[in-house]
Order: sequence, then structure tokens, then C-alpha cells
Amino acid sequence: MHLDHSHDGPSAVSADAHRPDGSRRALRIGLGGPVGSGKTATVAALCRALRDELSLAVVTNDIYTREDAEFLLREAVLPPERITAVETGACPHTAIRDDISANLEAVEDLEDEVGPLDLILVESGGDNLTATFSKGLVDAQIFVIDVAGGDDIPRKGGPGVTTADLLVVNKTDLAPYVGSDLARMAADAKAQRAELPVVFQSLRSEPGVRDVADWVRAQLAAWTA
Amino acid sequence: MSRAALLVLADGRFPAGGHAHSGGAEQAVKAGRITGAASLEDFCRGRLHTTGLVAASLAAAAALGVDAVALDEAADARTPSPALRVAARKLGRQLMRAARATWPSAELDDLARRFPKGAHQPVVLGVAARAAGLGAVDAAHCAAYESVSGPASATVRLLSLDPFEATAVLARLAPESDRVADRAVEAARRVVDGGIDELPAGSAPLLEIGAEVHAAWAVRLFAS
Amino acid sequence: MTVAAGVRALARIVARDDGRGGTSLPVLEGDGPLALRRTRGSGAEARVVLVGAMSGPLGGDHFTVEADVEAGARLRVGSAAATIALPGQSKSEARYDVRLTVADGGELHWLPEQLISARGSDLYVTTRVDVGAAGRLVLREEQVLGRVGEEPGRLSSRIRVGVAGRVVLDQELACGPGAPGGWDGPAGLGGHRAVGQLVVVRPEFAEAPVAARVLGENAAVVPLAGPAALVSAVAADALRLRRQLDEALAALESLD
Repeated sequence: MHLDHSHDGPSAVSADAHRPDGSRRALRIGLGGPVGSGKTATVAALCRALRDELSLAVVTNDIYTREDAEFLLREAVLPPERITAVETGACPHTAIRDDISANLEAVEDLEDEVGPLDLILVESGGDNLTATFSKGLVDAQIFVIDVAGGDDIPRKGGPGVTTADLLVVNKTDLAPYVGSDLARMAADAKAQRAELPVVFQSLRSEPGVRDVADWVRAQLAAWTA
Repeated sequence: MSRAALLVLADGRFPAGGHAHSGGAEQAVKAGRITGAASLEDFCRGRLHTTGLVAASLAAAAALGVDAVALDEAADARTPSPALRVAARKLGRQLMRAARATWPSAELDDLARRFPKGAHQPVVLGVAARAAGLGAVDAAHCAAYESVSGPASATVRLLSLDPFEATAVLARLAPESDRVADRAVEAARRVVDGGIDELPAGSAPLLEIGAEVHAAWAVRLFAS
Repeated sequence: MTVAAGVRALARIVARDDGRGGTSLPVLEGDGPLALRRTRGSGAEARVVLVGAMSGPLGGDHFTVEADVEAGARLRVGSAAATIALPGQSKSEARYDVRLTVADGGELHWLPEQLISARGSDLYVTTRVDVGAAGRLVLREEQVLGRVGEEPGRLSSRIRVGVAGRVVLDQELACGPGAPGGWDGPAGLGGHRAVGQLVVVRPEFAEAPVAARVLGENAAVVPLAGPAALVSAVAADALRLRRQLDEALAALESLD
């Protein structure tokens, strides 16, 4: 019984953990980060790692509509009806932070149309270091940077690096070629983030996305507990 | 009646999805019909007196309590482009969410139940205005202003137009926007007595055709 | 509204299934500037041509044309020449009202020639069509702003099409001097001097609506919210407009 639930139409409050029928909604995890850091590749790898054990779907927020969604479709990481693109009017950070209404609609439609779902990944369009997801849209967020974007990014901080629930430093295989100091990045990240976790990953070699997938599983276990 | 509530509802940052729509400006820019502040102004003026007047009248009528289902059908009939009907319902649904969280009301809940995938945005705007304790005049002003502010801010992004020039366009259109809102309220009052056909039906051919051209693009920045 | 010093004219057509596979016209009457002539039909269809016996409408005139297509009847109406709205002695606006009904199982093709808005004219056209649930309609309207190289007059045209009691299209186009601002701008006509629409109502569209598609940058075919489709087009001149609308209609008819 949900006696506190006076609205019998679609959910009025965005962060509400229940669907209109009273069931628990899917966990929503946001993936943000600068252009080219490997967000879409990480989403694709997560889908491959998790699709056999979880019911999942993806919402993309592109600068130009549908590009990331079409990459995921081409890669066939999920059936097409489980991938939705939100159009962002040239401002992807607005759609994930200041005005989340289109994204909320997309996640709700996915739950209605292909649900029940355990997990929805919401991928931000490539944006700057200040872009973070609203807590009204996602339950946890991953910020993806890469070693080629400069090894001083963790030191510079910014809301994404500092506050994301998980920081992923991607493309570690490129570090020798671009002269990035992984140890320094790890130390800087620790200084910025204290106890918040950091994963260094390369999707081109084993274990690939494993650590991030494990983190997602732990989030989901906490959500459904 | 709270003036500040009107400012909240009319604020471009009110989280109701408007930022992703250009009101036809993206297509007009690409087609070379909007190239700067002067053509933006002409575009906005044409929009204001046609779809802007229709939207303002729908919003005012909804704010007066006219049946939302009838208004929504009237909006469909005045929106031949299916791309624009889809955009209007999307925006209506997004506004519904924002309004219900902002001004909880049984009328908004009822509208959400009747239109789970969204009613036309101006209809929702009118009901939202009621929920916010505002009246038909406020709803009409909001809709009329939105009909020009959306394309103006989109054009700033699309053409890297000087934002001061774009804002000056909106200021120059303000007296006309006021007159459109007044006409809309008069029309909405006639609807109360004379029925739905009293709603204005102004149309802008290139907005309708352009919306379909835009919807057919594979790559675009704005949803409409 | 009383109109001073203008001509009032009424033309009426009633088309009826004659019970022998054809269509009879028990009412076919027009007066003054609105003369009607029956021409040779084809098959079950009756054909009528609206013959402008004098130019007009002028300022202050009020013309009305009514056609009722009864159940099972088929009617095609055209006009012998374009209608030219001209300025009159009276400074008041002219009105041209078209009232059409198509009963269930009836079919109307309403395909008049262009309406040309001459400099200094002021005309308000209303077209109101009510189609039964199983009725069929093809309606064309074309407005041309000014004769060749001429400034247009003031022209407003409102079209309202209902199907089975529900309005599926209600639009008003206002252009020319004195029209609300921006009518010729990038949202309105963008400098084009011919604008037209084609409305097609068919019961089959309820199940299988047409797919929206664009015909170049200046025309589109769209499904309306009901068993109807609309072609909208703007063009530099009447000839190009007609070509666009003809092509769109042929494409729609090839769906049969």
C-alpha cells in the first residue's frame, strides 16, 4: 500500500522510486564526461557485460540527435526498442541537469514499453567538465575521462571529477603514447574525491569493463535491497 | 493572484523542455530565411500573429476552464503538421510534469490522467496557470511570449547571433505580444459562450511545411 | 452583417444518387456573377462548372456557394477561370463563403481555379466542409497574391473541414497590406506569391493514414488528425503551385 501516494496519474515527482502502479522502478545510472572520453564505448561494453543477467535499456543525449544511439544500434548491444535518443537542442548538459523532463519521459516510456527493467543507463552528450546529472534524473552517476585528454584533469577537479559516484579513467592503454602519468592521475583523483571510487580501464584489453560492471551490480544490489 | 508566480511559469529556465525546441528556427536558418536579427524579428512576428495567437487563445481558454479535451482537438485541427503535433504533445507532457511538481493540483492530475502521453502544450499551460493561481490574461501572455522567445534563443545558438540583439528583438516585439495576448483573451471569452470554433486559427505556411522538412533530417540540433 | 452597396449572390448545387448508377442535380441554381453550368460527366459523376459572369467579388460584395452531395452521389466542381478579387466602390471588405456537405457514401471533388488578390482588394473567404464518416472529398484552394508583378490586396481565407462531426482542419491564412505582421516573412510566405492546399478525405485513411513526406523545400503531404490528408505548398507563381499540387494529388491517388 502506498498511502502517501496521492497522485494516481503518472508520477509527478521525478525522483520517486516507484512507478504509478506502486512497483519499484529501474535503477538509473548516468554516464557523463568530455567528448571522446569513451562514454558510448563504456555503455556498449556494459550492455554486453550485463544484458544476460539484467533487463536493461539505454537513453542517449546527443548533441546532434541519434548519433550515439545509432552507434549502439549498429553495435547491436541491445535490441533497438531498448535504446532511446533524447534531442537536446544543442545543450546536452541542460537536458541532464537543468531541465530533465525529456529524459524522465524517455526512461518512463522505456519502462512502460519494454519493462520491467532492472537498469537504465542514461548517457550524456559529450560536454565539459562541469556537466553533472540531476539527482532527479539518476540515482548514481559515472564520470568518464580518458588519459589522452590530459593527465591534469583529475587535479583540475570540477563537479564531474569531484562528485561523481564513480570516476572512470579510460583508455589506460594509451598512457605510454600520450605521456600521461597514471600514478599521478590516481593520486590527484584520490585528493579530489577522498573515499569515492576510481576505476582505471582499457576497453581494448582484459578485463575491459569488468570493474565498472561490478560497481553497477553493487549499486543495483543496494537499490533493490 | 501572484505576479511572481507568472514569472516562475514564464521563466525560460522553467524545466519544461522548451530548450530543445527551436520553433522552426533551425529549419529557417538552414534554408537561409533567418540570417540575422532583422529576419529573426520578421520570423518571430509571423509566428506570434499565427501560431502564437492560436497558442495564447488555447492557453487562455484552458485557464478559463474550457474543456481540455475539446481544446486539444481544436489544437490538432489547427496543427496540420504531424511533426508539430508530436512536438506540442511532448512539450505538453513535459510541462505537465514540471507544473504538477511545482503547483500540485487535482485539475493537473486529471489532465495527466486523460492525456498520459501529453496534451497540446498551450492547453497544459492554461491549466498550469490555473493551478498557479494565475488567470487567462497571464496564460495568454505566457504563450504569446513563448512563441517568440523559443526561436530567439535557438537562433542565438544556431547563428551565434549576438544575444543582446536577440533580446532586443524580443523587446521590440513586446507591444505586439501584448496585443496578441489581449486578442487571445477576447477569443477565449467568446469560446466560453460561443463554442470552440471561436478560437483563432491563424496559420503560417512555411512553419508547417518547414516543420516537416526538419523532421525528415537525419541530423539536427533541435527536436522541432 | 449588412453590406452596403455590394452585390449579393448565391449559387446552390444539390447532387443526388439517381438510382441508376448516376448522379442527378435536382438543384443547380446561380444568380448574377455566380452562374453554374452542368457539363458532360464521366461514369457516375456529375460535373459542374462555375462560370464567372462578371469579374468580382468587389469590395462590399458577398458571394455564397453551397453544394450538398447526398449519399451515393458523386460531384465534381470546377470553375471556368480564376476568380479575381478587385477593389470596389465600397471601401468595405468583400466576402466569399463556400459551404459544402458530403454525406456518407458521397464524393465531392471541389477543384476551382485560383483566387487572385488584386491590388487594393479586400476579401474574406470562408470555406466550411462537413463530410460524413464514409464520405470522400478532394478540395483544392489556391491563392495568388497579385496579378503578374502587382502588389496583392488584403486576403484572408479560413478553411474548416469536419469529418463525422469532428473538425480535422481549421486554418486561417491572412496576407497582404493590413494583415498581421510577418505574413510575408520567413515563417509565413517568405516572398512566395502563390500558396495552396489540397485536402483529401477518405474513410480508408482512418486505418491507413498517409505517411508525412516533403516535396522539396516548399511543399509537404501530411496526415491530419482524422481520416484526412493535407498537401500544403508555397510557390513563386500560380503555375508552379498548380504543378506541385497536381503532382501531390497524383501521388495520393496512386495509393488507390
